[in-house]
Amino acid sequence: MSLVTADNLEKTYRIGDISVKAIRGVNFTIEPASFVSFVGPSGSGKSTLLNMIGCLDPPTSGSLQVAGQDIAGMDRKQAAHFRGKHIGFVFQDFNLIPVLTVFENVEYPLLMVQNWPSKERKKRVNNLLDAVGMGDQGDKYPSQISGGQKQRVAVARALVTNAKMVLADEPTANLDGETANRIINLMKKMRDEFDTTFIFSTHDPKVMQSAEIMFTLEDGKLLQRQNDNGGINA
Amino acid sequence: MLNIIKIAARNLRRYLRRTILTSSLITLGVVAVLLFISVTGSFKSMMVGQITDSMIGHLQIHRKGYMASIDNLPLNRNLNQQQVAKVKEVLSGVDAVESYSMRIKLGAMFSNFTETTNIRLNTVIPEQEIKTVPLLSDRIVEGQKKDILLQKGEILIPELIAKGMKVKVGDSVVLVANNKDGSVNGKTFLVSGVLEGISGPGGRDGVIHLDDAKELLRIDGVEISEIAVRLKNIGDLPRVFSSLKGEFASFTNKKGNPVFEVHTWKDLSPFYNIAQMIDLMTLFIKIMLVAIVLVSIMNVMIMAVYERINEIGTISAIGTLPGKIMALFVTEGFLLGVLGTVVGTVISLISIAVINAVGLTFNFGRQSNLVLAPTIGAGDVITIVLIVIGIAVAASLQPAYKAARMDPTTALRHV
Repeated sequence: MSLVTADNLEKTYRIGDISVKAIRGVNFTIEPASFVSFVGPSGSGKSTLLNMIGCLDPPTSGSLQVAGQDIAGMDRKQAAHFRGKHIGFVFQDFNLIPVLTVFENVEYPLLMVQNWPSKERKKRVNNLLDAVGMGDQGDKYPSQISGGQKQRVAVARALVTNAKMVLADEPTANLDGETANRIINLMKKMRDEFDTTFIFSTHDPKVMQSAEIMFTLEDGKLLQRQNDNGGINA
Repeated sequence: MLNIIKIAARNLRRYLRRTILTSSLITLGVVAVLLFISVTGSFKSMMVGQITDSMIGHLQIHRKGYMASIDNLPLNRNLNQQQVAKVKEVLSGVDAVESYSMRIKLGAMFSNFTETTNIRLNTVIPEQEIKTVPLLSDRIVEGQKKDILLQKGEILIPELIAKGMKVKVGDSVVLVANNKDGSVNGKTFLVSGVLEGISGPGGRDGVIHLDDAKELLRIDGVEISEIAVRLKNIGDLPRVFSSLKGEFASFTNKKGNPVFEVHTWKDLSPFYNIAQMIDLMTLFIKIMLVAIVLVSIMNVMIMAVYERINEIGTISAIGTLPGKIMALFVTEGFLLGVLGTVVGTVISLISIAVINAVGLTFNFGRQSNLVLAPTIGAGDVITIVLIVIGIAVAASLQPAYKAARMDPTTALRHV
């Protein structure tokens, strides 16, 4: 069973009297434990699509099934609950909470969203911090670590709840090439370790190459789907 | 909840200067209100004590119609023997009554043998009077203060007359008065003391023994102008007054009109209007405090939400429910309120202790060197604390609601 199924998906924004079609009749499926990228120029609809998959923004029309649920009809509270349970996020600007330590940032979803018991929570957070190579940095605040380290923490935070998928909007845009590679490799490693689907958007050609499945978007339309074995579906 | 408090506290620490400034403003407001309440409350209770304990008593009973013509000190509106007996019977059945004092009030001519003036007299049974208005003897500024106040044939004269007519303790004076039938009679008195004048009705009256008044006015039997009543606890006044008023209203004459009238000190003393003004000012100060807290907390919380839009988007995306986002911001406002209130209350209590230790004095009317002894009840402190914290929470609600309702995609795009 597919993790994400989009059927004739559309998203239209209204800006005053003007309607802007950000996504135009897109169809695709994403399987569990895959490593997927959406690529395309700025304004092609990558972020909009990720926001819809992440239940942050409802589709205007069409169907979008995520983890077996149609997310189109969810209200704000249901969507928040769904995100907390099934989806992890990694942001371009890392978006760690500055008043919390590295450990507390990773702990946050377990504490404030899923209400895990203290003992299990600490064990899980330590496991994740070790997995992303930040096990010895738990007491530091975000302002005390580098950009690459922040993104590692963000990956750990996204994975800590056993999310079915992690959505990453331009996760390497604010990192240098070497650090970007490390983050992508880390995400791949995490996918292998936890069977979590990673879906990310990028317009960095090096990062695109690391994706196993790459969807190309232009003007809100899906132009092609390319597998890492070179297969292309136009 | 502890985690929400922890995050809220850290966010307050994150903007430390702003937190200190806002909580200082709240602290200042709390200190101003608590000090004002304690000082004015002390002033009020001191003045009420002076008025009730040295002159009026807590409440008074007269024959119906006496109060309407009290300025004339009418002798034809006194309570008769039967009516006095009825009042005694009623008062003896009220546990809250500590004592009562029977008085005849009259106007007379006062002569020192060379000059004459008019004088208002309060004629009392000293044993009753001293129990009912125990601070009366403190008003004797010249002459020996006696446990029995004065004896038959003696007079306590008001300070103004003593100075104006150059009368000293030990001098003989003559009082001449008309009785209710119009007959004139005179009697010589020995000045046993000079009474300090205080504001309010009866505050500048001379005092003689009731038996002397009966002799002067040629009264046979019992005639009483007013009965001043002292309660064991002034806090019982509203309840006792209501009960006595009802009971005395049931006594009517043959025409069906009430025989008695009952008044509390509030009806009898103009100071009550000042007391009401103090209460009004206290209310006004409280409203200002509410405004200070409301505006400062709301301002800070609106800023906090605006500065953290991206963070709100992040925690919302992670799956934090709107209710928890709202709780985070409301808790911040709550903690700001608590911080300001706790510090303000501590400073206020210390200030009150310092004022009491220093012993500040003030003058009121003709009274000087009254010692300011501010006190504040736990009830007042709790009320102010609850008001401030409640307003702090209320002021945080709108910004917190805005944060909770924020669209995560818009919030995440915010730079």
